[in-house]
Amino acid sequence: MSAPNSKYDPVEVASLHPTQIAQMVEDALLSFSASTNLEELKTARLAHAGDRAPLSLANREIGALPPAAKAEAGKRVGQARARINAALEEATIRLEEARDAHVLIEERVDVTLPSARRAPGARHPLTTIREKVAELFIGMGYEVAEGPELEAEWFNFDALNIAADHPARTMADTFFVDPPENGLVLRTHTSPVQARTMLSQKPPIYVICPGRTYRTDELDATHTPVFSQVEGLVIDRNISMAHLKGTLDHFATSMFGEGIITRLRPSFFPFTEPSAEVDLRCFACRGENLECRACGGEGWIEWGGCGMVNPKVLIACGIDPSEFSGFAFGMGLERTLMFRHGVKDMRDLVEGDIRFTTAFGVEI
Amino acid sequence: MRVPLSWLRELVTVPEPFGAREIADALVRQGLEIEGVEFFGSDLVGELVVARVLSIEELTEFKKPIRWVSLDAGEKDVRWVICGAQNFAVGDLVVVVKPGSILPGEFKVTSRETYGHVSDGMICSAREMGMGDDHTGIVVLPPGVAPLGFDAIELLGLRDAVIDVAVTPDRGYALSMRGIAREVATAFQVPFSDPVFAINSGITAVDELLGSVEDAMDVDRIVLRSVTGVDTSLQSPIWMQRRLALAGMRSISLAVDITNYVMLELGQPLHAFDSGKVKGGIRVRRAHANESLETLDHVTRKLNNDDLVIADSSGPLALAGTMGGLNSEIDSSSTEIIIEAAHFTPELIARMSRRHKLSSEASRRFERGVDHDLALAASARAANLFCEIGGAQIVSAIDIDNRVPLSAITFNPSFPTRLVGHPYSADVVDQRLTDVGCTIEKSVETWLVKAPSWRPDLTLAEDLVEEVARLEGYDAIPSILPPAPASRGLTPTQRTRRGVGIALAGEGFVEVLSYPFIGENDLAALGIVENDYRLIAIRLANPMSDAAPLMRTTLLPGLIAALKRNLSRGNRNLAIFEMGSIFLGRLDQLPLPRLGVDRAPSPADLNALMSLIPEQPQYVAGLLCGEGESSWRGLRAVDWSDGIAAAQAVARAAGATLSIRTGSLAPWHPGRCAELWYGDQVVGHAGELHPRVVTRLDLPPRSVAFELNLDALGNPTPVHSPEISVSPPAIQDVALIVDSSVAASDITTALLAGGGPLLESAALFDVYEGAQVGKGRKSLAFTLTFRAPDRTLTAIEAAVAREGAVTAAGTLGAELRG
Repeated sequence: MSAPNSKYDPVEVASLHPTQIAQMVEDALLSFSASTNLEELKTARLAHAGDRAPLSLANREIGALPPAAKAEAGKRVGQARARINAALEEATIRLEEARDAHVLIEERVDVTLPSARRAPGARHPLTTIREKVAELFIGMGYEVAEGPELEAEWFNFDALNIAADHPARTMADTFFVDPPENGLVLRTHTSPVQARTMLSQKPPIYVICPGRTYRTDELDATHTPVFSQVEGLVIDRNISMAHLKGTLDHFATSMFGEGIITRLRPSFFPFTEPSAEVDLRCFACRGENLECRACGGEGWIEWGGCGMVNPKVLIACGIDPSEFSGFAFGMGLERTLMFRHGVKDMRDLVEGDIRFTTAFGVEI
Repeated sequence: MRVPLSWLRELVTVPEPFGAREIADALVRQGLEIEGVEFFGSDLVGELVVARVLSIEELTEFKKPIRWVSLDAGEKDVRWVICGAQNFAVGDLVVVVKPGSILPGEFKVTSRETYGHVSDGMICSAREMGMGDDHTGIVVLPPGVAPLGFDAIELLGLRDAVIDVAVTPDRGYALSMRGIAREVATAFQVPFSDPVFAINSGITAVDELLGSVEDAMDVDRIVLRSVTGVDTSLQSPIWMQRRLALAGMRSISLAVDITNYVMLELGQPLHAFDSGKVKGGIRVRRAHANESLETLDHVTRKLNNDDLVIADSSGPLALAGTMGGLNSEIDSSSTEIIIEAAHFTPELIARMSRRHKLSSEASRRFERGVDHDLALAASARAANLFCEIGGAQIVSAIDIDNRVPLSAITFNPSFPTRLVGHPYSADVVDQRLTDVGCTIEKSVETWLVKAPSWRPDLTLAEDLVEEVARLEGYDAIPSILPPAPASRGLTPTQRTRRGVGIALAGEGFVEVLSYPFIGENDLAALGIVENDYRLIAIRLANPMSDAAPLMRTTLLPGLIAALKRNLSRGNRNLAIFEMGSIFLGRLDQLPLPRLGVDRAPSPADLNALMSLIPEQPQYVAGLLCGEGESSWRGLRAVDWSDGIAAAQAVARAAGATLSIRTGSLAPWHPGRCAELWYGDQVVGHAGELHPRVVTRLDLPPRSVAFELNLDALGNPTPVHSPEISVSPPAIQDVALIVDSSVAASDITTALLAGGGPLLESAALFDVYEGAQVGKGRKSLAFTLTFRAPDRTLTAIEAAVAREGAVTAAGTLGAELRG
């Protein structure tokens, strides 16, 4: 290191000469650009931008310069440093990118390998369609009512105007709890929930009652002794069959799509008067194909039953028929599911094969 | 009810272009259900005529007897045919088919050489003409039935159609040609003249001794007519046989055919007794306890006081309105006949028919309601037929009439508009009720409507509304949504159930819905043998299968069946669940009270009823086997902990936290069964199945199950927001050595209790058993996280809290691992 310059003894410092400094910069830039990896760059950095680099050494000489020369030399060194640092940074970025690119390529995996560790679960389509129906009616202002599957005969039959010896009681073959005289049955329809609701709630009543029901049918492609129904009940002032029709049309369209409406056909149920069968516009041909296999060319498919609540039922359930009227309807959920999703065989809904159920996922 | 078109057209004039199909469609629109329409003889082409047999030559040189027959078919020349049948003689009338004709089934008849002669056509059997199944011989017509050469297609009604109407229980009148014809007349807006009006039903000679009635409550009308000189050896006329056959009834004998025919025509079931076999007068009475009767179907039936019988002085002759007895059956020697036509109480006949498992054409009609006023006319019609066809003379009759007039219905003509939501003018209402047969007495505001005698189902104003609406067409009803009030959505219970299903699906479980029927064997296979609530099951009186007569008390048997079905189909890694009711039996199941229906039951009566209905709590259960996780990285077989994790997922979805304790219950492995506690009660179990259960049921080894009572978890309560500390935690690990029998959950509980409020969590991260800790011992390593709500903990504070935790664990025998 040179001794400090006295202001009276100016010394010429060769390393601060512009040509020298330009050379230092050029050496540095060359060295940086010649580096092929970050290791080489580190060596180059120490050589050209470190504490012992020529420019750093030259910088120390500035103090020895006469005051008049200090500013110019400082400026020259500063500019040179800036150029070197900029070049260093540029080289660093370049080499880091190169390194990263290499590493990321090395770490590449086959993302198409199966990622699920656990097979997906699923809910039964009868469960999800039942919830879908419930949601639809909740949106219309209904609530969901429920009742037991093992039911008193009084709720299942008597309260619904199905007297002990009425032929309607033999229409559905009923499972009786032993001994049969005790009056306990497996409910043959969800209609007893109607009676329970009317006895526990004051009108206006707007409820939907989905649930499991039982009849002594053998299991085959279209029958099962254990099945599901969804029942709707409305009791209010001035309720008419037009309201029933409107509700069924909305139900049908929401479940099956625009244009799928309902048709009412006169029929008989002890608990409704007037009564009707509900037909659904054929979802396959929309009534436009006489050869349609879904509806046999009829254009309509049987969906359920409905009607205006029989005043005898209202009376047995403590509702004054001179003040209130109402409607009720009931559909098979299996049937609805079969129509909506093309389920061909009832047994698929019963057997619990996970391949069938998994296809339906958790929503329907 | 099978309705032959030709018979229908005789009763009502349907405009020509409309055939059976159009009539069927019109009936559907009016509320009758149609099973189908059948056409007969539509493929019949050519000439079938009546001919007389002139001569018969027996050809004997063939393997079977063959006849060479000459016929007079009203033609210029004699016609010669070959015939294989033997059931006719010279002079008989037969049907000959001329060559060029085509019989049903595309059977072409030609003039052809056979058995050494040219057969110029053929004479045919009933089956060949499409009349039925009879192929035992050719049809021999009654003498003088038609001139020679007469068209047999018309004579025998070979071209016809049948509309098969399914009759709902409220429409008994539709079980007759008369009732259907009235509906058809209304549908096509053509006049209808009731065939009953054409019958002269008066009684000329009353014989009080013919019969009597014990209780008018059982039979409010009975007409007995006696006829004499009947030639019961006669066959019923061809037209009658044909109509009966088309209507689905076999021709049996003249007497039976006549009563059946009148029943089909008018709807009144009739019975004919052989007077010679009736001792003393006929009496309609309840059966006595020790009586029995062999009915026409050759079944001897034990009778009791619930049975109504037609009896004579020696005992029962018939089950009223259901079936006759063999002892008074008419045979070919009978000449004097008593025709019985009655109106029995429908419920009584329905009960009898059910108890004797005997549903007859008569009982079906009585159950559904027979025309209240018909007995007199129908019995007269039958008596007249006995005279016309059977050569009888009417002797005497008795009409025991205790009918109570049906009450009129008070009816506001604007009611249909209100109830249906479609405007019906008073004129329309009037017209439609009149079409049905009602009579109306009008005053300013309301009408008094009297239902016709054949419509006992019309008792309420609503019934009349249905008549108006169905005849005007349901298609006219507009579609309007009712203005429902605001809904509160799902109940918390309903939301919880949904959440549980979604949570289990999220855990990889697939839902199954199995039948809730189980057998004793299912419970025994699970090792559920004694002192277990699951053994007290409800038994069905009429189960689908004798192997499964009980209602499930656990969901596991259904899940096991589904699991095995899946395994048999090659699905090996399984996690399935079911959510549903179980049915708790009671040892003291009492008969349920029979409540009335004329008003709402009192709250006390209702509670009494409800309290006897068995409890049916919602349960959820799951079953796992095979690999719980499997991928190209490796496999992990399911184990006991998967069952517990699933149960915890269920509880979490229900807003509950389970505490896990060591348990023991069938069907679980006694060393791998967790008791699931919620609050202070056990709500379920989870873990690995007992190896013996696995072997017995042939399940994959180490199958896992859980089952818990969803109802016992209650509903989620609103969560009170926690306060989150932002201070840094102090984290320390401790390893504790305890006796192997000590439950990890107990140590965790002790650590948390001893660590005090500063111990945020104690998480078990390692379990070690081995030489380093000694036999019968295990090391449990926990990560303890300490944190203060408001400040950074000092090292001393954390150390004190840690000391407290370890000390508390020490009370369970835990020692810090060196």
